[in-house]
Amino acid sequence: MEFKVPTMAELMAMGEEPEILFWVGCAGSYDERAQKITRDICKILHHVGIKYAVLGTEESCTGDPAKRAGNEFLFQMQAMTNIEVLNGYNIKKIVTGCPHCFNTIKNEYPGLGGTYEVIHHTQLIQDLINEGKLKAEGGESFKGKKITFHDPCYLGRGNGVYEAPRKALEVLDAQLVEMKRCKSNGLCCGAGGAQMFKEPEKGAKDINIERIEEALETQPEVIAAGCPFCMTMLSDGVKLKDKDQEIKVLDIAEITARANGL
Amino acid sequence: MVAQIIFILITLAGVGLFSFNARKVIRNIKIGRPANRNDQPAKRFMTMLKVAFGQTKMAVRPIPFLLHLVVYLGFVIINLEVLEIMIDGIFGTHRVFAGLGGFYDFLIGSFEFLALGVWLACAIFLIRRNVLKLKRFSGVEMKSWPKSDANYILITEILLMSAFLLMNASDAKLQALKEGHYISAGAFPVSAYLQGLLPSSAASLIMTERVCWWFHIIGIFAFLNYLPYSKHFHILFAFPNTYFSNLEPKGEFTNMASVTNEVKAMLDPSFVPAETAPGKFGAKDVNDLSWINLMNAYTCTECGRCTSVCPANMTGKLLSPRKIMMDTRDRLEEVGKNIDKHGADHQDGKSLLDDYITREEIWACTSCNACTEACPINIDPLAIIVDLRRYAVMEESVAPGSINAMLGNVENNGAPWKYSPADRLNWAEQG
Repeated sequence: MEFKVPTMAELMAMGEEPEILFWVGCAGSYDERAQKITRDICKILHHVGIKYAVLGTEESCTGDPAKRAGNEFLFQMQAMTNIEVLNGYNIKKIVTGCPHCFNTIKNEYPGLGGTYEVIHHTQLIQDLINEGKLKAEGGESFKGKKITFHDPCYLGRGNGVYEAPRKALEVLDAQLVEMKRCKSNGLCCGAGGAQMFKEPEKGAKDINIERIEEALETQPEVIAAGCPFCMTMLSDGVKLKDKDQEIKVLDIAEITARANGL
Repeated sequence: MVAQIIFILITLAGVGLFSFNARKVIRNIKIGRPANRNDQPAKRFMTMLKVAFGQTKMAVRPIPFLLHLVVYLGFVIINLEVLEIMIDGIFGTHRVFAGLGGFYDFLIGSFEFLALGVWLACAIFLIRRNVLKLKRFSGVEMKSWPKSDANYILITEILLMSAFLLMNASDAKLQALKEGHYISAGAFPVSAYLQGLLPSSAASLIMTERVCWWFHIIGIFAFLNYLPYSKHFHILFAFPNTYFSNLEPKGEFTNMASVTNEVKAMLDPSFVPAETAPGKFGAKDVNDLSWINLMNAYTCTECGRCTSVCPANMTGKLLSPRKIMMDTRDRLEEVGKNIDKHGADHQDGKSLLDDYITREEIWACTSCNACTEACPINIDPLAIIVDLRRYAVMEESVAPGSINAMLGNVENNGAPWKYSPADRLNWAEQG
């Protein structure tokens, strides 16, 4: 990184408060592919001059996979510990790089004493585009490229966010194509509900293969994602179909960072 | 006079038997745990207007939407005709509303078109189910009773509409003959074409008219009493089911209050939890589910829109959200019968989980909410799946091995993977 990523602890030591907390999430912290997305989100925040910070080692899993696997105890332990940290730092606004963290903090934390304004990074990008702070200029041109967006369930159906990620793609002047199943009718990547952490039940095929086949029907050059789990499932699918040379799977944050030359 | 007495007795028996069975259904639903869905009455009312009355979620699939709309409007509007039949039956009158004149003609005429529409829609539905064999109507759970149930409903509706039209046709013929009390009333744009099929003697016409009249009304009472045994219950339950549907974001799962108390006590030893009755975590059987889940089960009309969009089901896995709802209803019916026979405390040693729904089914769910989005009347199979998982994980500690490993990692490392919390910021040092 060309700049230092500020942590809450550091800001607090300086007696400062950030405008927004960037909740990185476990995938964003540890998964090699997702780390790239994390860095690009920071580049965007840094570029537009938003005062932000991350929790760093003070962050812990939101508890989403535990809750969805049925372990409410573990979920609430995680949630309450995280809420204590967040409230301790007087956090008001949070941006996440993962729809699962987004959904959990936004919807499930308030009932346990943690109420924040929570947005997904595609919503932040949408706002920045609307404010004219991000322009899709000065970097890689996506003009005329065929791009299809895969709706993450926990962003789309789970919380009704369909427009924000599409807005980020519209400014690219690219050729946007929708898959047969998109928006509220979108098809899961196969990783949600704690499926990410287990082998799928036996069946005719894996869900990410079904999804990739549908994506391939649109003959895309780029498959756009907005979730680190979707990223893993879609990338695996593209590799299995031997298309990883021609088709890139990129997160909306990565596309935005590239288009702006960050 | 005898006819009136018979009519009144049939009506009382029909309505009485229905209320007896409906009360049982409501008692069964009340086996469920409490859930508060009385907030935001205005929003709830609007949801019911839109989704149940307005049929908005049906419109996603245009062909069944149009066919269903005809049957739905037919059902709602032809009830005016049933009202007339009721009054005629009780007071021994004939076409009591005929005094409305031109408006009556308009009403009867439009009922005839609707009756024809319903007849045709049901015929097309039968063809879709039995000849075209649409994938949505098959599946492991759609054998035997569920399969014949659908056909019985459609055939009954066709018979009822046929009786209505034949009744009108013979009535019109009798009107032309100026026979007895058959006053000249009504317009018969559809049944006019059936007149040729009917005998010409007044006696046989009166016979046909009466048989159809009695068949029609007895059929309606029979159908009413068929509802509690059938998926067709949705014509009544769709309304409360949408009113009490989940208004929160689909991604939001409930925070179990019983767990909150325990977790607070663990994190803060000075916290004294409110005294709560001991209970299970999650659901093993229907009485562990909420009354909303159980009402959902009675409301399900087995259309299969949930299953056809389920990513697990479409890739050949065992999970079918429709089966989750049907299993829940079947088990609840069984529990209800046990209560009738052996009293409220009887245990039959069976449970929803394992005896009806297998572990393989619940673990195949990605919680993507495609099923809840697709349901035309806001049924939530995912809520049941999550409660079954909660039982498996919190009461039994039985989950797929890799899920246990993930849970262990979250507990020990604060991440679902086995990485050190100290490495959480490593990404900021690279790239």
